[in-house]
Amino acid sequence: MSVEHPDQRTVEQLLGREPESSQPSPHDPGDGSLIDDPALDAPLVLGGRSLHEVTEIVCGYAERPAPKWWLPALLVSAATAGVGTMMILYLIITGVGVWGLNNQVNWAWDITNFVFWIGIGHAGTLISAILCLFKQKWRTAVNRSAEAMTIFAVTCAGIFPAIHVGRIWFIWMVFPIPNANAIWPNFRSPLLWDVFAVSTYATVSALFWYMGMLPDFATLRDRADRRLRRALASGGARSLPDTLRAYIYGVFALGWRFSNRHWHRYEVAYLILAGISTPLVLSVHSIVSFDFAVSVVPGWHTTIFPPYFVAGAIFGGFAMVLLLLIPARELLPNFKDLLTLRHIENMAKILLVTGMMVGFAYAMEFFIAWYGANEFEFYVFMFNRAVPDWLHESGAPYWWAYWTMIFCNVVSPQVFWFRRCRQDVRIVWVVALLVTIGMWFERFVIIVTSLHRGWMPAQWHMFYPTIVDILTFVGTFGIFMTLFLLFLKFLPIFPMAEIKAVMPQADPHPEPEEAPAVSGARGDDPEAAGGAAPAPAPAHPEEGR
Amino acid sequence: MALADYLPIPTSKLPAPLRGPSTKFVLEDGTPVHGMLAQYSKTPDLVHAVEAVRDAGYKVWDSFSPFPIHGIEESMGFSRTKLPYIIGVAGLSAAAMGFLLQWWISGDYPMVVQGKPFTAWQPFVPVTFEIGILITAFTTLIGMFAFNGLPRHHHPLYQSERFLSSSDDKFFVYIEATDERFDPEATRKLLEKTHPDHIELIGQRD
Repeated sequence: MSVEHPDQRTVEQLLGREPESSQPSPHDPGDGSLIDDPALDAPLVLGGRSLHEVTEIVCGYAERPAPKWWLPALLVSAATAGVGTMMILYLIITGVGVWGLNNQVNWAWDITNFVFWIGIGHAGTLISAILCLFKQKWRTAVNRSAEAMTIFAVTCAGIFPAIHVGRIWFIWMVFPIPNANAIWPNFRSPLLWDVFAVSTYATVSALFWYMGMLPDFATLRDRADRRLRRALASGGARSLPDTLRAYIYGVFALGWRFSNRHWHRYEVAYLILAGISTPLVLSVHSIVSFDFAVSVVPGWHTTIFPPYFVAGAIFGGFAMVLLLLIPARELLPNFKDLLTLRHIENMAKILLVTGMMVGFAYAMEFFIAWYGANEFEFYVFMFNRAVPDWLHESGAPYWWAYWTMIFCNVVSPQVFWFRRCRQDVRIVWVVALLVTIGMWFERFVIIVTSLHRGWMPAQWHMFYPTIVDILTFVGTFGIFMTLFLLFLKFLPIFPMAEIKAVMPQADPHPEPEEAPAVSGARGDDPEAAGGAAPAPAPAHPEEGR
Repeated sequence: MALADYLPIPTSKLPAPLRGPSTKFVLEDGTPVHGMLAQYSKTPDLVHAVEAVRDAGYKVWDSFSPFPIHGIEESMGFSRTKLPYIIGVAGLSAAAMGFLLQWWISGDYPMVVQGKPFTAWQPFVPVTFEIGILITAFTTLIGMFAFNGLPRHHHPLYQSERFLSSSDDKFFVYIEATDERFDPEATRKLLEKTHPDHIELIGQRD
């Protein structure tokens, strides 16, 4: 559908020019989701869906049998998670010597993986908190799954600092617990700040996620309850799955009954949680970066680290959101109506912006290493990272890691300057994959290339990962995917109440003159609007009300 | 709101003084009337209805919608919640306690690290901030539930099968029988003027 604002045509005609024929994107599905006109809102829900259809679609994912690919995918993920767990047990039983660490490189994949996962965990809170404060309505399509991803990523992240201490039975010493020896932790250490930052972040993200899901649990409870009542009324037996749903979702819904007096306090509370989560998300990765920046290791001791880490975290987090949701969008029925191409395009733009920020940070670190005239710092950037060892006699053996990072994080998102690339989900997915790889390498470059050459050549050691290093990292992907697949099957994967609140039907004072033909879902009456849009697929046709 | 609304047991199982005020109207089977429920299908209809109920001077009543409606506070005529003040006090106190905790611990167990002063305030900023945020988040959630009288896994409204649609796509106005203006005839007339899909009486059972 060619979308052009009538005013634009008038201006063109007044200027005596033929109106330029707008070139529709080859990926434009013709549903109005890619409107470029700032005077028009792109519809957030496609297909002229009614409120009831949104409920049917979202609850359908949790109530209907899982798609065929779900169980095999879960088994593979769970098996991978099992391998990771075995590796962790092996590490705890044997000691950290099973990793490839040496005297010089005493942090390597463990902390790389920790920073990688905690960074991925930042997109969820960014979407739910910062975009909420900026009233970006499009966040409703992705916030639930991004928040879920946050919690699962923080779970994976939390494993590494806990197990890297070696004697995990002493991990309680990081908390200020009164003990017989009167030993207290050192509150002036950034590593202790990190304990508080990450545990606070995990807790607050979980509270935020739960609070958002509360009304949706109540919807699932009410639907199960209705089916049970109908079964009893018609003399049938109670079905076990519905009984379980009514009880389990019911317990989690805490008796939420959609009262507007409750909604009022709920919205105030949600806004406050968003308000405190915004500085929280910025503080967490800043504090993670203090683990490095507060030390005196050349390559780590830089003041640019906090903003640079935060930008990188958002960058990596959005890449992971895209990496997971683009396949989910293809595989789950009706997902595309709630997560439109416009949402994907917006996230691609965020990848471009944060990718540029990260690229700026890479350049600025390098510039300051030179401008600061500290020869050790300059050496780290020049000869530990950038100059390959085949170009210079003391060049970097890890040059490929550095240049992989530059290619994936700085070069690859540049394709998003082009509209066609932002709107092609295949290209977006490939770039998201590259960014995820690049962000892992960024942390590897920061940690290993700074450490592997000490102050004297006698302290120069290469780091080689062992099979335990590799399988532990792969195992955390298994844990992450297992949790995510369970989420897709059993929880409300879209915030139904929030989506309904941004739909045209939610407007308490609709404008009667609004033309329903502009975009599929704008009109107040879904039947009238449905005529302009492509015929919507039935939500779940065989299910009566 | 009666005290019973906050307790995690069905109202009917409570001793009489806790049960809240009883009503003079009864249903055909003798059950006391708890309130009158009207159902609507569209957001603007609900907004018009709650404005009518507000203007008629009712006090003990509520409306229900599957999503928060913009500006419903004014339409229903209730004032803004005091929740933010409580949260602010709790968060700032928690941050202060967090600072004192670090200051006391670092003085009680002085550790020489790079010759830095033991109780300088600067290194305590990150943990003070995080503790403040953590307690603020808990206060927000728990305070919201407490003000809403939740968790409450029972309510007379759930006798109505229609009311289950409040979580899907229907809107409701509910006027409780404890309101001094409540009268089965007059209240029904008022609600009928707002063009509801359906009106029903709810008995005091949960």
